[in-house]
Amino acid sequence: MPKIKLPTKSPHIDMTPMVDLFSVVLMFLMLTATMSQPEPAPVDTPFSISEKPTPNFNTMTLLLSKDDKVYLNFDNGPDTSLKYRPKILTEMGKRYNIEFNETELKAFEKYPSSMGVPISKMKDFLAAKDLRQKAAFDTGIPIDSTDNQLADWILFTRQINPNAQACIKGDSKTSYPLVKRVLDIMQDKNVKQFNLITTLDAVKINLAEIQK
Amino acid sequence: MAEIIQEEKAGGKKKAKKHAPHIDMTPMVDLMCLLITFFMLATAFSKPKIMEIVLPERQTDPNAPTPRIAASRTMNILLGPDNKIYWYTGNVKPEEYNSPPPLNETNFSATGIRKLLLERNRALFKKIDFVSNEVVTGKLVISQDSLKGSIRQLKKDDDTGPIVLIKAYKKANYGNVVDIFDEMNICGVAHYMLVDITWYEEKMVETAAGIAPTTPTPAKK
Repeated sequence: MPKIKLPTKSPHIDMTPMVDLFSVVLMFLMLTATMSQPEPAPVDTPFSISEKPTPNFNTMTLLLSKDDKVYLNFDNGPDTSLKYRPKILTEMGKRYNIEFNETELKAFEKYPSSMGVPISKMKDFLAAKDLRQKAAFDTGIPIDSTDNQLADWILFTRQINPNAQACIKGDSKTSYPLVKRVLDIMQDKNVKQFNLITTLDAVKINLAEIQK
Repeated sequence: MAEIIQEEKAGGKKKAKKHAPHIDMTPMVDLMCLLITFFMLATAFSKPKIMEIVLPERQTDPNAPTPRIAASRTMNILLGPDNKIYWYTGNVKPEEYNSPPPLNETNFSATGIRKLLLERNRALFKKIDFVSNEVVTGKLVISQDSLKGSIRQLKKDDDTGPIVLIKAYKKANYGNVVDIFDEMNICGVAHYMLVDITWYEEKMVETAAGIAPTTPTPAKK
């Protein structure tokens, strides 16, 4: 029987629609992806089963680093049009008799990540050119009872933006006394509800397991 | 996705191509696939979660009565150094302050603190599990929000489960605190609270952990 030979012809698939679709998806994902801001201190957040996402705006985030420094960041969402940051800094300046000029306020507004600078060094910090120079001033916000600047920051943040929710982002190795101190300061300022920032780690237990 | 482009047969008069030149898009598609995968994974995993805790209002009036809770239901969890957990039930009577009862030691594993809490909280956990199972299997059709609401109501009505007092020793770390709150959520414990550790409890932890005592005994009033 003679074999029927099919003509060998590589099928040519038009990939243009696929490429179009891919481009659209890629564009969408790139635009929606929130670029993670560089934090002044590396923080490994603890795990929990909570599935609530972090709020995008109206937050003040306290960063508690491993080496017991406190950093603060507020209103870092898309809500920057309300310009909370320069207002808070102006209030802080009034409280500590430091006058901040227009460029310094602008620099503070633009600063993308948490800051941990005593108010006395704030001018130098804002004048610093690049991130490396700025990092030298990151000594943490003073929380001693004699020089409790964190309490003032929280007070003014809540005066300027009453909706600000307190988020605590701590490293799992942060010592408890520091956490306790920060919680106490917040409680003194009448902040009662806290959001602890954690990483999701789903745990499921079932009834049969317990009854064993 | 790769395509094979057949070579033109050599020989003969070469004719100018009539059709538009065909560009091989395969590498571009490959690259886009990679980027899409990267961005999808990066956006799905980067979002951190929050765990809400509420602390009681600061008591400003020193003469206000301290809230009283049943000692039989009280479980004290003391977070010790090196990720250890110590616990005791009930309370320490004032006359025992200088020679407090020994502590039980456990850990953060599933057979440790979780088992302990579930044993004590079994009645409530069963109820919560029953309701969520009904919803999962479709016997009960309610929205996710009202499921949360009914679980909250179950927790509110609970009067047999433990009242857990969480106290952290000064050498504990933040991770321990979050972990223990997490255990409370996993086990569905209705009543738990982060409270200050007392001097005699610090002493109990120090005795149990075998570290030198650092807490001074307060002067007797």
